[in-house]
Amino acid sequence: MRKQIWRLVPVALMLFLLSGCLGEENLTALDPKGPAAQWIYDNMLLSIAVMTFVSIVVFVIFFLVIFKFRRKDGDDVLPKQVHGNTAMEITWTVIPIILLIILFIPTVTGTFDFHVNADPSEHEDAVYIKVTGHQYWWQFDYEEGFTAGQEVYIPAGEDVVFELNAEDVIHSFWVPALGGKIDNIPGVTNALTLNADEPGVYKGKCAELCGPSHALMDFKVIALERDEYDAWVEDMLAVEQEATAANAEAGYEAFQENACISCHAIGGQGMATGPALTNFGDRQTLAGVYDIDDDELLKEWIRDPQSLKQGNNMPAHPDISDEDLDAIVEYLRSLQVRGADQEY
Amino acid sequence: MASYKKEKSVIWDWLTTVDHKKLGIMYLIAGTLFFVKAGLMAVFMRIQLMFPENTFLSGQTFNEFITMHGTIMLFLAATPLLFGFMNYFIPLQIGARDVAFPFVNALGFWIFMSGGLLLSLSWFFGGGPDAGWTAYVPLSLNENQLGLDFYVLGLQVSGIGTLISAINFLVTIINMRAPGMTMMRLPLFVWTSFVTSTLILFAFTPLAAGLALLMLERIFDAQFFNPTAGGNVVIWQHIFWIFGHPEVYILVLPAFGIISEVIPAFSRKRLFGYTAMVFATMIIAFLGFMVWAHHMFTVGIGPVANSIFAIATMTIAVPTGIKIFNWLFTMWGGKITFNTSMLFASSFVPTFVLGGVTGVMLAMAPVDYLYHDTYFVVAHFHYIIVGGIVFALFAGLFYWYPKMFNHKLNEKMGKWFFVLFTIGFHLTFFIQHFLGLMGMPRRVYTYLGGQGLDDFNLISTVGTFFMSAAVILLVINIIYSAFKGERVIGINDPWDARTLEWATPTPVPEYNFAQTPQIRSLDPLFYEKVHGDGTMKPAEPVGDIHMPNGSILPLIISIGLFFGGFGLIMLEMDNPIVSPWIVLAVGAVLTFGSMALRSINDDHGYHIPKSVVQADLKKWGGGK
Repeated sequence: MRKQIWRLVPVALMLFLLSGCLGEENLTALDPKGPAAQWIYDNMLLSIAVMTFVSIVVFVIFFLVIFKFRRKDGDDVLPKQVHGNTAMEITWTVIPIILLIILFIPTVTGTFDFHVNADPSEHEDAVYIKVTGHQYWWQFDYEEGFTAGQEVYIPAGEDVVFELNAEDVIHSFWVPALGGKIDNIPGVTNALTLNADEPGVYKGKCAELCGPSHALMDFKVIALERDEYDAWVEDMLAVEQEATAANAEAGYEAFQENACISCHAIGGQGMATGPALTNFGDRQTLAGVYDIDDDELLKEWIRDPQSLKQGNNMPAHPDISDEDLDAIVEYLRSLQVRGADQEY
Repeated sequence: MASYKKEKSVIWDWLTTVDHKKLGIMYLIAGTLFFVKAGLMAVFMRIQLMFPENTFLSGQTFNEFITMHGTIMLFLAATPLLFGFMNYFIPLQIGARDVAFPFVNALGFWIFMSGGLLLSLSWFFGGGPDAGWTAYVPLSLNENQLGLDFYVLGLQVSGIGTLISAINFLVTIINMRAPGMTMMRLPLFVWTSFVTSTLILFAFTPLAAGLALLMLERIFDAQFFNPTAGGNVVIWQHIFWIFGHPEVYILVLPAFGIISEVIPAFSRKRLFGYTAMVFATMIIAFLGFMVWAHHMFTVGIGPVANSIFAIATMTIAVPTGIKIFNWLFTMWGGKITFNTSMLFASSFVPTFVLGGVTGVMLAMAPVDYLYHDTYFVVAHFHYIIVGGIVFALFAGLFYWYPKMFNHKLNEKMGKWFFVLFTIGFHLTFFIQHFLGLMGMPRRVYTYLGGQGLDDFNLISTVGTFFMSAAVILLVINIIYSAFKGERVIGINDPWDARTLEWATPTPVPEYNFAQTPQIRSLDPLFYEKVHGDGTMKPAEPVGDIHMPNGSILPLIISIGLFFGGFGLIMLEMDNPIVSPWIVLAVGAVLTFGSMALRSINDDHGYHIPKSVVQADLKKWGGGK
């Protein structure tokens, strides 16, 4: 333990020196990957520059004062009692106002530039995706009429408009490397535009406390080249339940028998009160955070979801037979539209 | 009229006291206990976040801890600790014998306590509230979480206590000043307390209204916040932050006041730019009310509202900057003594600036889309609340301790305490700015490994261990000093200070001033040291002093309110042991019965006879 802590000191110092590359790529906002994130990053640097200037002025005066004006032992001479100084008071009123005006301008222009109306008719040229926050997963409804859960695919280099809603409590949609966050609020419709410069997998998080598993409400934004994206949309639209079922017949039946389909839609089938599983086999994580390749974890999830994500709404299935469980896992893994070994 | 000095047991004396000094000490003790409780929760939370995917606390427990940590620290620790100093020192600093309404003062304390205990009881009924200290709806409407009922009723009750105490301070400062103590001669601590009390008056009322709505919705199934029934989720956030933002200033303005007392005293200079300080305080308070929506930039209230609130928020930097530079130039040219109190007060200035500059950064609405609800915000407000308010509380504690407890705190331990606490504080919170930017949302009970968040979280947790060690050292210091600390009995003015509280004898007699002093200047005691013989000139001859009688009724009224609140919560319980309506009735009878008793019973207080006052004067010196 102790050794570990001391090991960190040089690491921390180095990280501070290299503060341009703090944190994990495609997560940290300090390495912006889209125009919105870049604008935010630039203006953050602007404000840090102004504020560093202010801090330096204060610190210089402070250290001058505490070293220069210490009382020596036995010095009982009373210092001069001054009331104040009007010229100085005006100076330190006017200079901050000037500094603030420098910040007012990007604040106001940025606020208006970032504002997006949540009206699809205003964004006919852009990809328009409805995002609904649930405890504790994300639903993405595409204009083309299909639904994805947990992972949202977008074309790289294009503006994508996200319409933000929530089903139960307030959530907040945040992809740090791509831009700012806007809240998902029940009864309110907000919107946010993001644009990923390059194809890649960007990590997203829920930023508003939404219950015990708030910390586990992660998602992914997967940006693809336009042609790949188009192909993906085609595939999602073309998912045929019969064909999929043929790959894992037993699993398909177990899935139906255990009423999984009453919450988890696949393709056009079933209810969508839980995350749609149409492309489950392409997923990068289980439940947004866990290792997707771990069969045992997936089985534990089906048997007792509460143990992995406290407070979520999926009922436990303690009585499901091992045989059924194996079959369902195999079936879920077969639900692919891109193939698990795709590169991003 | 009752005779002077009825003999009472010590416990009965403290339960019935209406003396502002005893109530001040009671506030300090209560605040300290809650401070330790909420601090321990913070340590547990940091231990949970020490390593990725740690399993020390569950998500549910963690959420209960964040909620209670925030709620307790703001309502039940910081507020009473400041109220403790305000209660003790406002009357002394303005040359008054007590507050305007001593009975109401005691009532305020006991109601605050009963609300605090009601809130704390939630642990015994299925866990604390878990929706964050802001209790955003719809999360806070969770029917299964009884803790939230305790949150609503506990805060409602304790808020009444805070509100009536604030009204009492307002009347005291307006009406009870000694002759010559004009408003522009008030010590800055009194000024800031006055402005804070005004803020409480206007901020706790919307909070009470909001909590009432939440109570109606939770307990009586109203639909104010249910969008499917025509309600509005965002309205709660407006109501909450109309209270919640001024709340920050409610806490930080008296902290400014303490700093403005300590820095001149130990720099041996008068406060630089007194008038500017007073008006800056008022401007900050005014703007504090105008900026609540900066907590809601990501809610989608529109670009016009966001711009206006962003600019209004940044503007607060101007009066705050005036204060910062005035403090620096108070020290400039002075003869500074660096004891523990001054160490905290002087280092408050740059620390608070670090919190302030991130405040301006947060105010840039479109950039806030990044910071909002991340650890950047956590770092920012802990720089304000710990680096500001807590530093000031420690400065005030070491400064005023001799006047309150008749001995000093140990300086050597005090300085070690300062060093440990400061290192721990920066270690814990500075690094959290980066955590936020690196993608760590706030209020998360865990984070995955391999996201680049591990090292900084570990460092942050190590920082809390330093702060914990520092606080333990402070407790040791307090116990040690009680036995071995430097006595100041008979020494009225151990710091060679400037304001009126140091003109009273130590220990302070129950009537504070044998003769109301005549105030001739700002910093009246210093004025007399330079222009007079070093003692205050009396404004009245020695005579009988009228004092209020103690009363048990404030305690009983607050017990009644406790039962009232608890009865309402019982309406939500599945199988209450007794009918909630009986508990409610008992509460109502106790509260309203005591009020009626208070109304019909004429209590004229008692007089301390002239002879006793004269004897005291002979003992402590002075008196014309």
